[in-house]
Amino acid sequence: MSSARYLIRSASILGGERADILIQGGIITALGEDLGNEVIGDATVIDARTLIALPGMVDLHTHLREPGREDAETVESGTRAAALGGFTAVHAMANSSPVADTAGVVEQVYSLGRESGWVDVRPVGAVTVGLAGKQLAELGAMADSRARVRVFSDDGICVSDPVMMRRALEYVKAFDGVIAQHAQEPRLTEGAQMNEGKVSAVLGLAGWPAVAEESIIARDVLLAQHVDSRLHVCHVSTAGSVEIIRWAKERGINVTAEVTPHHLLLTEELVRSYNPVYKVNPPLRADSDVQALRKALADGTIDIVGTDHAPHPSEAKECEWAAAAMGMTGLETALSVVQETMIETGLMSWADFARVTSTTPAKIGRVVDQGRPLNVGEPANIVLVDPAARRAVDQTLMATKGRNSPFAGMELPGKVVATFFHGHPTVLDGRLNTPRRLQGATQTGGN
Amino acid sequence: MRHLLDTEDLSRDHAVQILDTAQEMSAVGEREVKKLPALRGRTVVNLFFEDSTRTRISFEAAAKRLSADVINFTAKGSSVSKGESLKDTAQTLEAMSADAVVIRHWASGAPARLANSGWIDAAVINAGDGTHAHPTQALLDAFTMRSHWSKLSGIPSVGADLKGMRIIIAGDVLHSRVARSNVWLLRTLGAHVTLVAPPTLLPVGVEHWPCKVSYDLDATLEAGVDAIMMLRVQAERMKASFFPSTREYARRWGFDDARLATLDRLNLKDTIIMHPGPMNRGLEISSAAADSVRSTVLAQVRNGVSVRMAVLYLLLAGEIRDPQPNSKQNPTAPATAMPAKDNS
Repeated sequence: MSSARYLIRSASILGGERADILIQGGIITALGEDLGNEVIGDATVIDARTLIALPGMVDLHTHLREPGREDAETVESGTRAAALGGFTAVHAMANSSPVADTAGVVEQVYSLGRESGWVDVRPVGAVTVGLAGKQLAELGAMADSRARVRVFSDDGICVSDPVMMRRALEYVKAFDGVIAQHAQEPRLTEGAQMNEGKVSAVLGLAGWPAVAEESIIARDVLLAQHVDSRLHVCHVSTAGSVEIIRWAKERGINVTAEVTPHHLLLTEELVRSYNPVYKVNPPLRADSDVQALRKALADGTIDIVGTDHAPHPSEAKECEWAAAAMGMTGLETALSVVQETMIETGLMSWADFARVTSTTPAKIGRVVDQGRPLNVGEPANIVLVDPAARRAVDQTLMATKGRNSPFAGMELPGKVVATFFHGHPTVLDGRLNTPRRLQGATQTGGN
Repeated sequence: MRHLLDTEDLSRDHAVQILDTAQEMSAVGEREVKKLPALRGRTVVNLFFEDSTRTRISFEAAAKRLSADVINFTAKGSSVSKGESLKDTAQTLEAMSADAVVIRHWASGAPARLANSGWIDAAVINAGDGTHAHPTQALLDAFTMRSHWSKLSGIPSVGADLKGMRIIIAGDVLHSRVARSNVWLLRTLGAHVTLVAPPTLLPVGVEHWPCKVSYDLDATLEAGVDAIMMLRVQAERMKASFFPSTREYARRWGFDDARLATLDRLNLKDTIIMHPGPMNRGLEISSAAADSVRSTVLAQVRNGVSVRMAVLYLLLAGEIRDPQPNSKQNPTAPATAMPAKDNS
C-alpha cells in the first residue's frame, strides 16, 4: 500500500462544518480546522473549500455481469463506473453465468474485484442453485469462502416458494447472513411489461401489478418474524410496499428495505414513448408511488438506496419493447439523482445521504471497514462532492459499458470530484485516477 | 401528420378528413376501372410480423388502387427468434427506398419504435400492434357507422361526425387493439361508447377511458343502442381462466339469437351489428346475428379498402389539412380535387 499522504483542505464534513482531513496509510490520521504544516508535511493538497466530504458510497445492489456477460459489463468496467459514481464498495449480484451459487464463483468475482482495485467488490451469493428456486445453494460454503458472503439473493427472480424462503431465512442465521428478496409473485407477473394501471391500459402492455410485489413482502416479513431472521427487500417500488414495511418495522421485525434512484425520480408516463430504456424490473410506477418512496426514504422506513445498476449491450434495447431486456445503469448517476430527489427537495440532509448510501448499506452487508464515520483512525473511504455543479447526463461518456441510462439528457445536480478508496484516490478532478494496487498478502483490503 | 400510429392523438379534423377522403375513394371502387394514378412510382411495404391475411390484402388492394408498388415482407415470429432485429429490417426497407411502411406486429408499440427511432424516414402506418392499437380498423368502423348515422339523420356524411351515436363494444377488451383504437376515435367523433365485458377481460385502468363500462349486456341493450360491435374472443382465454367456459361466455356476453330478438322487441330497428372479423360464430356472435340485415360485417371489409386508400393517399401524396385549409388544391390529387359529394 502506498504511504502517500493526502490533505483534503477545508471540506464540509457531511455537509456541515468545514475541516481538513489528512489521509495516510489508508486511514484518516488527522481531522480538524486548519491543520498545521507540521502535521501536513509533504501531503498532496486537495482544495475542497467548495466540496462536501462523505463516506464512500456502498451499493448493495450492482450487476457486474462477469462471469458470463462480459459484453454487457466486466468487474473492471463496472467498478470503474462505481468509483466515478462515488462508491468504494459494491455488492455484485449473483445472476451471472455461471450463477454465483458456489464458493468457487464468488471467490472468482471477489478476486477480480481485488485485481481491479477500484472499489471493494462484495459478491452476493445465490439463495438457490442456478436461481432455480428448487434447492438451497451452498450458502455456508460461500459465507466461509475468501469472499465472506453475507448477502444472499436470487435477484432477478423471486424466491417465490414459501418453504424455500423460510429455510433460507433460517439457515443464514448460522453466519449472520441476510436474504435480499426480489419481491415479485411470478404467476401475477407472467409476461409483465410495465406497471399495471392507467398507462398500461392505454398502451396495451401486459401489467405488472403492485400486488405482485406487496404480497411477497407481506409474506416475507411474516416469515422473517416467525423464524426471527433478517430480511432485506430489494428495490421497493410501490406505496403499498412502503406501508407493509412500515407496519413490519413497527412490530420489531428485522427487515430492511432499498429503493433505487430511478424509482425515486421516474414514472410510468415515460413508457408512453415505448423506448425500452425505460423498461426495468420492478417497473417504473405512478407519481404517487414515487412520492411515497421519497417520504419513506426520508423517514427511515426505507433504509438505503441501491442502484440496481443493470448494464445491457445496446442491441438488448434497440428493439421492440416486449423483446427488450429489463434494467438501467445507475452507478454514475446515483448521487445526482438522490441529490435531485431527496436533498434539493429538502427531504434529507447530506448526513442523511451518508446514512442511506453508505453507513446503513455497509451494516446490512456486514462490510466492516466501509460506511464508517469520518473520524481519526477510520478507513479513508471518502467521496468529495461538488453539490453546486450541474451537468447534462451523457451516457456515452460513462465508464460502464452499458449505454442504457434512463437519465441521458437530463440535467442533474452534483458531481463526484474525488473518491478515496482505503486512502487511495481512485478519482481525482472528476476523472478516473488509478486503481489501488495491493502489495503483499497481508493487505487484505475489504476483509 | 407523418405517421398513423394510434387514434388517441388523432384530432377530430384529421379523423373527419380521412373519412371524407375515404368516401371519395369508395367511389373509385365502384368504377369499372378501379385505379387512381395518385401514388404511381411510390413504394409501399407491407411489413407483417404476425399473420393477418385479411388486413394485408386490404392494404395491398388499397395501395394498388392508388397505383403504388407494393412489397409484401412477411417476417413471422419474433425478431429475436428470427435472428434479425426490427432495426435491421427497418434499415433494409429504408435502403430499398420505401415511402410507406405498413406494419403489423405482435409487440405493442413496435410501429412507434419504427417511427420514432430514427432508423427510417418512411411514413409508418400501424396495421395492428399487439394489444395496443389498430387505427385503420377503427377508422373503417367509424366510416361504416358514419354512413349509417348520416343516412338515418338525412344529413350529408361529408364533414360529419358521430355526435350522439350510442355504441356498445362488447367482448375481450383486455386483449383488443380494435377496442382501444375505437374508444379514442369514437370519443373524438362525439359518440357515446359503452364497453361490455366480463370483469376479467377489462384492463385495470379502464376507468380512466372516455367511455362507460358495464358487465351486463342485456341492461346495456335495454338502455338503447345504435351500433353494437362484438369483439373476437379467443377460446384459449378460457384455459387461462378469464371465463369458466365458452358456453357461459356465449350466454352472458355473446350476441345470440335472443339478444337479436331483443333489438326487435325494443323497437331498435336501425341498430347495426358490427364485427371486425374473423368471427367465432356461436361464441361471441350467433350466425343469425352475423347474417342478419343489421350486420355490417361485409360493409366493414369493403370500407376497409377505402379507408386504407385514404390513409395512404393523405400520408404520401396529400396533405393532412389543418382546421382551416387554404383554397389551393393539389392538382395531382384527383381524389381530393374532386368536389366533395355525398356518396353514402
